[in-house]
Formats: sequence, C-alpha cells, structure tokens
Amino acid sequence: MKRVYVNEQWCLGCHLCEYNCAFANSGLTDMVKALKDKPIYPRVHIEQSGDITYAVSCRHCKDPLCVKSCIAGAINKQDGIVKIDKNKCVGCLTCVLVCPYGAVRPGPTGVAQKCELCLENSCGEPACVKGCPNNAIVYEER
Amino acid sequence: MSKYVIIGNGVAAAGCIEGIRSADKESEITVISAEKHPVYSRPLISYYLEGKTTLEKMNYRSLDFYDKNNTELIYATAEKIDAKKGEVTFDGKKTTFDKLCLATGSSPFIPKMNGLENVKSKFTFMTMDDSLALEKALKKDSRVLIIGAGLIGLKCAEGILGRVGSVTVCDLADRVLSSILDSECADVMQKHLESKGIKFLLSDSAESFEKNKAKMKSGETVEFDILVLAVGVRANVQLAKDAGAEVNRGIIIGTKMQTTLENVYAAGDCTEGFDSSAGANRVLAILPNAYMQGYCAGVNMAGGESSITNAIPMNSIGFFGLHCTSAGSYFAKGEGEIYEEKICGGIKRLYIKDDRLTGYIIIGDVTGAGIYTRLIREKTDLSGVNVDELKKDATLAIFLPETRRKMLGGVV
Amino acid sequence: MIDQYIYPEFEVVRNQSRCISCRVCERQCANEVHRYDTDLGVMLSDESKCVNCQRCVSLCPTHALKIVKSDCRLRENANWSDQTIKEIYKQANSGGVLLSSMGNPKPLPVYWDKILINASQVTNPPIDPLREPMETKVFLGKKPDKILRRANGELITQLPPQIELSMPVMFSAMSYGSISYNAHASLARAATELGICYNTGEGGLHEDFYCYGENTIVQVASGRFGVHKNYLEVAAAVEIKMGQGAKPGIGGHLPGAKIVGDVSRTRMIPEGTDAISPAPHHDIYSIEDLRQLVYSLKEATDYKKPVIVKVAAVHNIAAIASGIARSGADIIAIDGFRGGTGAAPTRIRDNVGIPIELALASVDQRLRDEGIRNNVSLVVGGSVRSAADVVKAVALGADAVYVATAALLALGCHLCRTCHSGKCNWGIATQRPDLVKRLNPDIGSQRLVNLMNAWRHEIKELMGGMGINSIESLRGNRLMLRGVGLTAKELEILGISHAGE
Repeated sequence: MKRVYVNEQWCLGCHLCEYNCAFANSGLTDMVKALKDKPIYPRVHIEQSGDITYAVSCRHCKDPLCVKSCIAGAINKQDGIVKIDKNKCVGCLTCVLVCPYGAVRPGPTGVAQKCELCLENSCGEPACVKGCPNNAIVYEER
Repeated sequence: MSKYVIIGNGVAAAGCIEGIRSADKESEITVISAEKHPVYSRPLISYYLEGKTTLEKMNYRSLDFYDKNNTELIYATAEKIDAKKGEVTFDGKKTTFDKLCLATGSSPFIPKMNGLENVKSKFTFMTMDDSLALEKALKKDSRVLIIGAGLIGLKCAEGILGRVGSVTVCDLADRVLSSILDSECADVMQKHLESKGIKFLLSDSAESFEKNKAKMKSGETVEFDILVLAVGVRANVQLAKDAGAEVNRGIIIGTKMQTTLENVYAAGDCTEGFDSSAGANRVLAILPNAYMQGYCAGVNMAGGESSITNAIPMNSIGFFGLHCTSAGSYFAKGEGEIYEEKICGGIKRLYIKDDRLTGYIIIGDVTGAGIYTRLIREKTDLSGVNVDELKKDATLAIFLPETRRKMLGGVV
Repeated sequence: MIDQYIYPEFEVVRNQSRCISCRVCERQCANEVHRYDTDLGVMLSDESKCVNCQRCVSLCPTHALKIVKSDCRLRENANWSDQTIKEIYKQANSGGVLLSSMGNPKPLPVYWDKILINASQVTNPPIDPLREPMETKVFLGKKPDKILRRANGELITQLPPQIELSMPVMFSAMSYGSISYNAHASLARAATELGICYNTGEGGLHEDFYCYGENTIVQVASGRFGVHKNYLEVAAAVEIKMGQGAKPGIGGHLPGAKIVGDVSRTRMIPEGTDAISPAPHHDIYSIEDLRQLVYSLKEATDYKKPVIVKVAAVHNIAAIASGIARSGADIIAIDGFRGGTGAAPTRIRDNVGIPIELALASVDQRLRDEGIRNNVSLVVGGSVRSAADVVKAVALGADAVYVATAALLALGCHLCRTCHSGKCNWGIATQRPDLVKRLNPDIGSQRLVNLMNAWRHEIKELMGGMGINSIESLRGNRLMLRGVGLTAKELEILGISHAGE
C-alpha cells in the first residue's frame, strides 16, 4: 500500500507541508480564506533535531494501537488507511496517549485528527507530498 | 469447527470476537451479555451526560457487528461454568463451548456505610443504565455528593456539573485521581476542577448517612439531593472462582490470556495481568487493555499465536478542556530522577530510573505523549536516547537518527 | 566614518491581504530579509538585505510576495548612471574591488539574436524529425585529414581519442566549492543519463562522483587543485584551463572559509587555506610550454583521453586558437565574455573579453584557412541560452557548446548574481549544509535532463526545417545563417550574409 514517507535528508524545515495540509483539509478552495489569521491544525508536522528537520504524519501502522485503544470505537482501518470518525470521537485523546509516533493530535474542535492521506479531502492526493518543494515527503509503495 | 463462548459483552468481548475472526471465519460464537445493550463504549457515559455524545454514537461497533461476525448475542446472566465438560449455564439454560472467554468486567465497590439504605436517591456510575438512571434524577438545583475522586467520580462530576446546582466530591485519599496522579499533578488538576465549580473534601469520607445528609469523618455535614457512589470497582471474578480458576484481585491470566482452567481465557477488567512497567501482576482496568487482551485471547482461542507482555497502566483523561495523560509507574522522591516542568496551564513530570522512563504525567499540552508511552511500553534504554530532548518535548527527535529514519522510512 | 547610505536596490512587496504569516519566507531566506513580528502579528522585511533571488517569491504558498526594483533613484544623469554613482559610494565606503557573480549583465550586443536560421522550402524539402531519423550525436577530438590505408589496402580505422556526445551540448566547468555537492551530483547524474559530459572545474572530483567518470571532464587549472592519478584516469577527457570568459586574464580565489570538509579533501589543500588559482600557469609562457603540459597529460593518461585547452575569448583569439591547435590539444574550448562565474571583479567581468559569436566565427575561419581545422574540435561557451543558440553556434563552426548558466537556471538559479556571498538560497553556489540540502539531486538531475531533452527536440526541429538530418552536416554551414541589423564588418567576421541576401 502506498504511504507517505519522509526523507529527512531533503527536508528544509520550511513547514509548507503543514500549511498545505491545513488548507487541503479546510474544505475551502482559497488558501488565504482558509488559513489567514487563524491557528492551523495540520495533520503533518515538522520536528527538529539539531539541524535536521523532518515531517511526521500517521504511519498507518500494520497493527495500530490507536484503533485498539480508542474508547469510542471511533478509529478504524479501512483498506490500509487508519481513519478517525470525527462524529464519534469525544476528544479523550487516548489515541494521543498511545500513538508511538506522536502523529495524532487534537484538531480545532478538540476531537482527534490525523493524516488520512488526503483521500477524502479536497486534494485527492497527499497535499504535503504534492507541495513539498524538495521531494522530502513522498507517497509510494515500500 | 469450534464453538466459542464469550461471557460479557464489553470492549474485551468485542476484541475477542475480532480476534477469533482474524483466525477463524467460520466457527460459531456466542456472547452472553448481562447488560441488554450491544457493545457500547463504557467510558462515554459521562460524555453522554455532558451532551458530547449520543446513545447511538456510544455503540462501540456498528449495529451489524454481530451479524457481520456471525455471532449470536444472548441477553442473559451466566450462572455457572463447567470447564471440564465445556458447559456454561445461563438463565437455567446450558450451552457448550470448546473455548471460553471470560470478559465479565468489574462492578462498583460499595463499602459499608451506616445509614446508606436510608438514602433514596443514590447511584453508581458504571453502566449505560446507571447513566440513564442518574440523568433522570438530575435537576437544575440538585446538590450532588460524589463519594470518590477517582476517574469515575470525577468524570461523573464533569458530566453533570452543567446540569445541577452543585457538585461536591469527597475521597479518603489526600488528592484527586490518586490512582493515576502523584500529588503535584493532582494538585494542578484539583485547582482546575475547583475553578470550574467542583467542591472537594479530601482525606475525608462519609461516615454515615441520613436521608439527605452525610456526616463526614471530619465532623462536617454535607447536605445533598443526589448521592453518587464511585469509591472504586472490583473485578467480577466469582464465576471464574466458582469454576475453580485461580483468582486474586482479578482472574489470573498468562501472557496468552489463558486462565488456570483449560480452554478458558479471560480478558479485560476482570483479569489480573502482568504490568510490565511495575514488574508485577495488577488489574489493569483500562479500555485499551481490555480490547487488546480480548483480541489476544480471541486469536489464541482460534488456534493462532498471540501474547501480550508489554501491558502498562496508562490513561488519557480530560476535564473541562484540560487534558491529562499518564502512563507507567511512579516512585518516591530519591529513588530516581523526577523531572518536573511547569507547562502552559499545566505540569509535566517524568520518572526516570536506571536509564528507563518508568512513568510520566502530563497535564496540559499532551502533544506527542504517545512517544513517552512508547518508551515505557518498549522499556527503551535511555542511554540510546537524547534525554535532554526527551525532557523538552515528546518528539521523534529524541531517537538516534538511524532509529528515526527507520521509523519514518519504512512500513511499521 | 559613517558609510554613505545606499538605498536598497529592491523592495519587498507583501500583499498583506494574502499573507498568512506561515513564515516560509523567513525560514527560506538565508539573507534574513523576512521576520515575523509577534507583537504586530505580521511579517516584516529588511529590504537592505534582499538580493532578489526570488526564493521567497517562489515558495510563498499564497503568492503574497513580489520583489520589485526600488524606484528611489538619484537625479537622472545619462553619463553618471545611478549604478555608477552607487558603485563609487561603495568603493569609497570600503576601499575594495567590487565583486560580482554570473555573466556580464551589460547591454552589449548579443549576436545570437542578430542571426537568423534558414528553412527549406520547395526545392530542398524540410525533414520531419518525428517521421525520420535525425542524428544529434557528435564526436569531439582530432579527426584524420584523409583516409589512410595499410599496405594491403585495409582502411585504418583507428582514430585519436574522442568524446562521444548524444547531442552537441556539455555542462561547462563549475568547481565543487564554487557550487555545492548537490549541484555537482545533479550535473553528473544528468550528464550520465543524457550521454553527454559535465566538467569538474578546478575543484577536483569528489570520490562519490567517480562512478560518473565516463561522462566527466576533469580540469587541470593554474592552481592544480585536486589533480592526481586517479582523477585523470577516471575521466572522459582532461581540460587544461587557461582562461575563463567571465574573468579573462585573472585567476581565482576561493576563500579559506569555504575550504572545509569534503571541499578541502577534494581540492587536496588544508582546511581553511585560501584556494588561489594564479592568473597564469606558472609553467606556461608559450605554445611550446602548453604543448609540454598537453603531452604530459596525454602521457599520464596513456594517450587514451582527448585533451581540451580552454581559453577565454579575447582579442587575438584566432591566433591563440591556431597556436593551441598546433600544441597537440584535441579540443579547443573558447569561453565568451558573457560566461558566468562564482565570483569575479566587476570591472573585469563587465569589460574584458569579446562575444563568443565573433570569436567562434573567426577561430573556425582561421583554422580552416590554415588547414588545421581537423586537428581540433571546437567547443564554445559563454551564454548559450537556447537550442537556437546551439544551432547557430554549430552553423558558425562549433562542434559542440558548453552551457552552465542555463544548467544552473534549470537547477533553480534565479540569476541574482550574488554567488560570491556564499548564501545561495537555491542550494547551488553555497557550502552551507542547510542551504545545500535545498537542492535535491533527484529533482535537479531530472530538471537538467528535461531541459536537454527539450533542447534536443528543438535542435532536431530546427535542423529538419533546414533539410539537414545530421548535426555533422550543419557544422560550419554558415549558409544556413543570415544577419539582421549588423554592419558589414560584423557580417564579415561572422562570415554570414545579411538577411535578404
């Protein structure tokens, strides 16, 4: 299954992925309207270790702890993609507690959110990958 | 073909069904459920009272869950197990099994308190029915006294605070959430809860009751309209005990979730399993654990191979927007390093001993907490981890570059 | 003493209604032009630091930025231009030589643009390159003057060493040091994929790139940096650099600050020492001396590799080329005055040397006149900007061209001409690791391959139009060219007729 992978050798730490992600998941067609003067809640985030930066997003684990741990039964895996049912989620953040990658975070309304590979948002292909200026994030089969 | 029976219909049972079906798509499964509901998310009962979820959304699985998994759901109370014969008796009827899973959960523990029988409006807070019953009693001006400042008591307090006149919580312990928080962190959470209007009487509990009055050990008198008993829970072990299984505070299980009885497994809040963070057996009555144990039991029942050796206590809980995650075990001052940092609106405490993170508590911004949990679960040797970075932030930056590249560069 | 204030050359225009304060511009600007003001909650700019490299403009996700030329100007004066006056202020402030990078930006004539290409019509029909084979392959090296046979009549097919190129274009010399590791990797990988050559410049060859040796021309220059046995042996050809179009008559100077790590090892000089390439080769003061070096290198490489001699296009270029052709060199490379550089004194870059078009025409003619044209191949560089320039160069007599600026543009260069600052925001002309990583060779090499493939298509189209199906038939075919707006003298030097003739 194709997944999002990061190659930290090429990550510039520009954070564009975060903004592209927030925009793609905003449901709006204009980035300015979607993101201007608002805090953003991207599903991918840049971490830094010394001079090295890299993007972290859901790994869609083979055996996902978040799915097993969700107290609301709101997380499931469909066709290899771990998805959160945001209507069912009550924002207890047990998924944050168990995600070994720190890839699940609360969204603007307090319910948990994470990368779902942009398959259901306006973008249709991972926006972080599409917008990465240096191919540091790729979407491929490994 | 085998026949599987599961007693209990909580999350452990759901896990068990899914575990069985991962290895055996054909054989018959029977679930005997004392509660007359399809499996629902028990921890959501407070969210229901708070209006954050609905009865419909509380269903842990879709309504066709049992059909899809070719599982018969029987609403009845199991009375007896004969492990040798492979028989379960329920409501006077009998059914046979090749493999049995006990997922009987736990029940509220109500200590002996004088005059409790005089209290009319008293509730426990464990089940959906408890929640619905309590809801009916709630009035705009009700004065509520909750006995127990643990997870259940406080979640109940949060759930009803906006629907009643006042909420007072008492506990014999000297702090709130004593099972998951140390005193420093409990203090932060208590102040937050107090700021929202919850009153606390700690190191104190009701000694005796009159109809609408509790006389406290401290001598104080608390008047109430509604009493909620949330002192604690006890694992439901009687059935297993009667059948001859070894039982302590919970049903004793091995790493494959097997009990001491042949062909009988157990999972969830009714069990006592191995806490790898403390290196001792313990009842780990938390939902993720229930599911994972159930799933593991299911796989083994169906002839697969599965074991759990890295279960740890962990909790994620929030009150009025302030989140708290914790995991592992703590130790007293002087036994190791306790790193403390005041973070925006909260606190973070890491327990580090012998190059291991043994436990942590974060109140406030819990971003990335799972990485700490991982270190505890995997017993990561901190000599290969950037500990300064670890204290600063829970990110993958704490790992060696090669480790991190492996994590992010491959299928996991 | 307070420096004379010089108003910034550029203005950063930020459309605040579009800016989402994502701070990408801030993170991407090595010159620290942008910053986020937390109190005001807006992005601010320090325009005095802006070099107009357009990195921020390119990466701004909402296209909220543009960089414009400042219109704060000194009083108009046709003689004392704004720039002239400001250069005087700068020199009065610093007492130093003015430094520049990349090619000569002055509005001097571009002869390519005054030459037009022929097309076939009725009597000599054009060829459709999509339907018929079209050869763009060239071989560089000495060619025999006549067919030779052995006593038994067999043809002698052994040729002197040649470089085979799939198209008549090579990436010209850019040293590791002046450009980054990743820029080098991009060039090397692209050259290999394309079946052409790139050139190490005077920086030595990083061991990681030995695997691209068959597509590598290694340079031996006046500083002799990085020259050793393996370096010569791994290459497709060896180039002796006598001069460079951007700065004829002077040497090079890579400051010690840039001689770090791999650059130091590759150049074979200690870390932190300035890499000074002298203006002359101290062992070459005559064609005879040059011949000695040419043959030393041939000897060292077992006569298996062509030797190139590269010179800048200067006033007596025809005579110089004639001398080189007699020195034993297999290929002459001539670099015109618009060629780029990582750093050059401004006055030299802008005032020394001659246009490559004129140099090429006169060299080709001279070598033909002297009957030694086949002794050497001719490669020209110095601002070959498009497939049309390539075709014109070949028709003027070149065997192949060198391109560098166009290649750098493909890699992301925006010609801000501040390579000498070492803070290239595009990861090309820098050794700062955080900037170098901005150029991912996967992307860089692909863009170079794309560019060259596009040019190859265009070259074929242009050739087909002329009814020519092989680049060999185009070489020196000046009848295919006509001049426009040129004087009789210019036409005479170019050896072409005026349009309409």
